[in-house]
Amino acid sequence: MDIELILKVYPYFIEAAWVTIQLSVLTTLLGLTCGALGAAARLSRLAVVRFLGAAYVSFFRGTPALIQLFLLYFGGPQIGIQLDAFEAGVIGLGVNIGAYMTETIRGGIIAIDKGQREAARTLGMSRWQAMRYVILPQAARLMIRPLGVNINALIKGTALVAAISVVELTYTAQRFIGSTYKPFEMFLISGILYMAIIYVTGRGIAWLDRRVRIV
Amino acid sequence: MTEKPFVDIRHAQKSFGSLEVLKDINLQVSRGQIVAIIGPSGSGKSTLLRAINDLDPLTGGEVWLEDTQVNKKLPHRQYEKHINQVRQDIGMVFQHFNLFPHLTVRENIKLAPKMLKGLSDAEADKLAEEQLDKVGMLERIDYYPSQLSGGQKQRVAIARALAMKPKVMLFDEATSALDPELVEEVNLVMKKLAEEHMTMIIVTHEMGFAESVCDRVLFMDQGVVVEEGPPDVIFRNPTNERTRNFLRKHLANANK
Repeated sequence: MDIELILKVYPYFIEAAWVTIQLSVLTTLLGLTCGALGAAARLSRLAVVRFLGAAYVSFFRGTPALIQLFLLYFGGPQIGIQLDAFEAGVIGLGVNIGAYMTETIRGGIIAIDKGQREAARTLGMSRWQAMRYVILPQAARLMIRPLGVNINALIKGTALVAAISVVELTYTAQRFIGSTYKPFEMFLISGILYMAIIYVTGRGIAWLDRRVRIV
Repeated sequence: MTEKPFVDIRHAQKSFGSLEVLKDINLQVSRGQIVAIIGPSGSGKSTLLRAINDLDPLTGGEVWLEDTQVNKKLPHRQYEKHINQVRQDIGMVFQHFNLFPHLTVRENIKLAPKMLKGLSDAEADKLAEEQLDKVGMLERIDYYPSQLSGGQKQRVAIARALAMKPKVMLFDEATSALDPELVEEVNLVMKKLAEEHMTMIIVTHEMGFAESVCDRVLFMDQGVVVEEGPPDVIFRNPTNERTRNFLRKHLANANK
């Protein structure tokens, strides 16, 4: 193993890891937004809206994320959507993971005993008040771990945007392989940095989960 | 009845698809009256109770509380507004308590009055303390529901319903999920309410309780009221064969 080389290139990887972190954070935020909207749609009183929610989930879970990215980044300009690689990466991955998060969030909500909603409605609360003050606080606690699984998947999924040339960890590894012919070292560095990001995130999720647990 | 009924159920009918679970039921309850509904499971008694606050909407017939029709036909938005208002006057207690597990006892009680009646935090605190004192649960005011026994949970659930100052209280098998030794503490609270002349409609399997507390008993079977009358008549001297059968079986089970 070429330690000297590793020491020489690793600052570039740190910079790339920062891009991966930015991608991950923005994708998570967009994913949660899409997930919340998707779940609201899936649980709507209106059949049309429920259908739209289901269609969103089926499309984005039923096709490869890579195809979705290509469609957006390479196909987008053809229909007037012009995005740079980073933007396309965040939007493509975010909307994709949002479909998974839709099901996670919906699952958390429907896991709450229907007696909770009944008790709230019986006291005179509106649908929204019952959701906001009774169902969601309980469901949110249930969702933390499974959303953590989604986030774990999306962090690893950010590697896909190397294919549309976002200079993140995977792309950086490939670029240095081109000039150094040392794939083992390069993929090892990026692998370790992915693991570090995922480890810290996982600890954060576990901490959050413990913190909000109901007595 | 000379007095106008307080709760008035007229020609209540409910079907799930082709299955008719309530068949033309009429029930008039006057203010301060305590009515027990008994019957085998699947008789429709819980469905009838849950129709009173429109938790299980009827497919036909009307439910009135004083001068307000509970199940008024209105466009969705208006109906939601209407029913949320009406439900504030109809307290309900469930078999499985349905306390909010993420909130303390105090918060369970304060939530709806603060949100819906605009009480200040201090007023809501005072209200919670009063209601908990009434059900003998004041000491546990800052506990979470998971830290309470079943009987205690149900007493808190009753306090939560009472905090909305309802005109009528509905009890849906309030003691059925409790261990036998915990039933009495809940029964005592309900008796206390009876002494205060709270109007109550009680679906129950506790025949002894129904007999000692209620003014009237309805026996339901297969979606109809088979027989109704004062408790001593229904329990001691029922005229209908189905009522007699039910009570005989029930007593046999109770004595096992």
